[in-house]
Amino acid sequence: MKFKHLAILSALLLLMGIFMAACGSETETDAGEADTENEAEAPASEAPAEGKKPLEIFSWWTGAGEEAGLLALIELFEEKHPDVEVINAAVAGGAGTNAQAVLASRMQGDDPPGTFQIHGGAALNTGWAAAGKMEPLNDLYEEQGWYDKFPEDLIELVTSDGDIYSVPVNIHRSNVLWYNVAIFEEHGLTPPTTFDEFFAVAEALQEAGVTPLALGDREPWTASHLLESVMLGKLGAEKYNQLWTGELKFDSLEFTDVMETFSQMLDYVNDDHAARNWQDASQMVANGDAAMNVMGDWAAGYFATDLNLEPNKDFGWVAPPGTEGMFMVVTDTFGLPKGVEDPEVVKDFLRVLGSVEGQDVFNPLKGSIPARVDADVSKYNEYGQQTIEEFKKSTLTPSLAHNSAAPAGFVQQFNQAVNIFVSSRNVDQFIQTVQAAQDEHINQ
Amino acid sequence: MAILFIMPSIAAVGIFVYGFISWTGYVSLTNWNTLVKDLSFAGLKNYIFLFNDYRFQSDLRNTLFFTLFFIFGTLGLGFLLAVLIDQNIRQESLFRNIFMFPMALSFVVTGVVWQWLLNPSTGVNLILAKLGMENLPRWYTDTSIAFSFPLGNIEFGIPVAIIAVVIAAVWQMTGFSLAMYLAGLRAIPDELKEAARVDGATEFQIYRKIIFPMLLPITISITIIMAHISLKIFDLIYAMTGPGANFVTDVPGVYMFETTFRGNFYANGAAIAMIMLIFVAIFIVPYLIANRKGD
Repeated sequence: MKFKHLAILSALLLLMGIFMAACGSETETDAGEADTENEAEAPASEAPAEGKKPLEIFSWWTGAGEEAGLLALIELFEEKHPDVEVINAAVAGGAGTNAQAVLASRMQGDDPPGTFQIHGGAALNTGWAAAGKMEPLNDLYEEQGWYDKFPEDLIELVTSDGDIYSVPVNIHRSNVLWYNVAIFEEHGLTPPTTFDEFFAVAEALQEAGVTPLALGDREPWTASHLLESVMLGKLGAEKYNQLWTGELKFDSLEFTDVMETFSQMLDYVNDDHAARNWQDASQMVANGDAAMNVMGDWAAGYFATDLNLEPNKDFGWVAPPGTEGMFMVVTDTFGLPKGVEDPEVVKDFLRVLGSVEGQDVFNPLKGSIPARVDADVSKYNEYGQQTIEEFKKSTLTPSLAHNSAAPAGFVQQFNQAVNIFVSSRNVDQFIQTVQAAQDEHINQ
Repeated sequence: MAILFIMPSIAAVGIFVYGFISWTGYVSLTNWNTLVKDLSFAGLKNYIFLFNDYRFQSDLRNTLFFTLFFIFGTLGLGFLLAVLIDQNIRQESLFRNIFMFPMALSFVVTGVVWQWLLNPSTGVNLILAKLGMENLPRWYTDTSIAFSFPLGNIEFGIPVAIIAVVIAAVWQMTGFSLAMYLAGLRAIPDELKEAARVDGATEFQIYRKIIFPMLLPITISITIIMAHISLKIFDLIYAMTGPGANFVTDVPGVYMFETTFRGNFYANGAAIAMIMLIFVAIFIVPYLIANRKGD
């Protein structure tokens, strides 16, 4: 009996010793890592080899096409810079939610990754740029001659107080109405381009027993996504943009009209929208369970890559009602955080990222279009080619649902209000809430 | 000597539990509601905002009914199953394993599985439709509030959608109360029951006068454990429904996560965390005090 106690006691002692040793060594690395050693965090297998400079690339690209694009880009970079070893610090999670939480804690702990993915627009400008955590990249743009290689509107999106803070790698279009070609042919309908046509088509489909519009708002951003297209279609690009500067109020008559139209559209969505996510909604269109769906063009990647559908044969697309000639932009960009160990290495990566070669190796795999105007069009599929053409001649506007138009705090409150609106349909209450959010987050 | 051994863990708990609670409490009193750190003092502003907030009021309503249904569900079902298994049935261990097995899963898995099962267009509703049922339940997508009356900004009453979530939670945790009750039933000496029977007590009286009183401490323990699980629940709901349409399945844990890491409202998030802590403390602290007196 005595022996047994002794054995347990010594085992406990041993454990405690290990625990204390672990604690001790942890604080040591913490202190050392604050200014320099990023690689201390990476798993041993990913630590850079002897004599190689490390570069940590932080993103939420862990899905099929996007990961393939990122890896191809990294490979291209390492070919050009054999002295650098890339650490791919991708954090999985829908729409980057988890990645943003990890990034926020690292940025606030003064342990930034070499470079990180962020949507151009408000997410960047009212976020890390406003917090003074980013280095301006004007001289890099100057040196690379990028001022005429990226569209002016796009550079505007990554500019804050005259300084450019990141390099765009791709463009997604957020305002696209996808439709099932077979359903439209069967009922002799043409895809709608105006709101009147939309409601006529929806009514005809409803009578024929087909769900006109698929929605999956289990995550509230998808309903906001539909609403932002309605906002753009009803208000036009100029007035839409004025919402984000405070020149147009949400409690204006024009916006009331937007909400009434949106409410009317919700009469034509599938009953079980609250149980579905965006892929489910897109799948309804693919399967012929619904006729139309408004979603960003990552849905094109989902249709073509995951479901093996053919563009213009199985699925078709038009701009949502009233948004012809307007292009709601979601752009992924990479910047240079303050306090990284070796800014030159990061800039080398940004140079590759912003080159024609870099953009063309990344985007066809990711399913997006290049941010540069002079990229190789032949590398993209039918949808991509058409979108590249339209991108050149369209008016660009930032997407609200994807954090490009307004600060994250506003988007969160907007999403909440939309979530309530979808079931309550209370226009006054919605406008009141969103107006309060605009006063708090947008009007200075 | 002994005090030396527990010092490291006291220090660790001191920093990583109480230290961080204090830090969260401090952040909840500041203006830090953007990415830019702002530790200026804001008083109770964040708390006042929350108690006027539609979403947070909905969360409180949902948590109340979730906790009630969850506790009564696990207690009732667990007790019933324990009594049945206690009847010396054959293959007892097999049944025990069947009912205990869900506890081996994490709430995330339970959430995903029940999200499929209770999906209004694909899950159990397909079976119900085959059986010829009409007006199928809408499960967690139902936005209606039963027995409702307006209170503050919200409709107060039983959110129908929360019942779907409770089904999943009860499925997961019943094994625990079953095991506790089974142990409790086995601990009641047969002599007591025999003596009562000899005195002419009916089975019902035996339960009422002997078994229930002797199981009371176990019932209280289960209630305390289930209450703190349900007051701080996050993973099950996040995996199964998220906030739900019109926030009918939203709970403070989900709101706290989304407002902090999506909206960058750090001070608001900290305030929600503190309120959750207070709720749990209301349940746990009296229990701890009672236990101390018992010693």
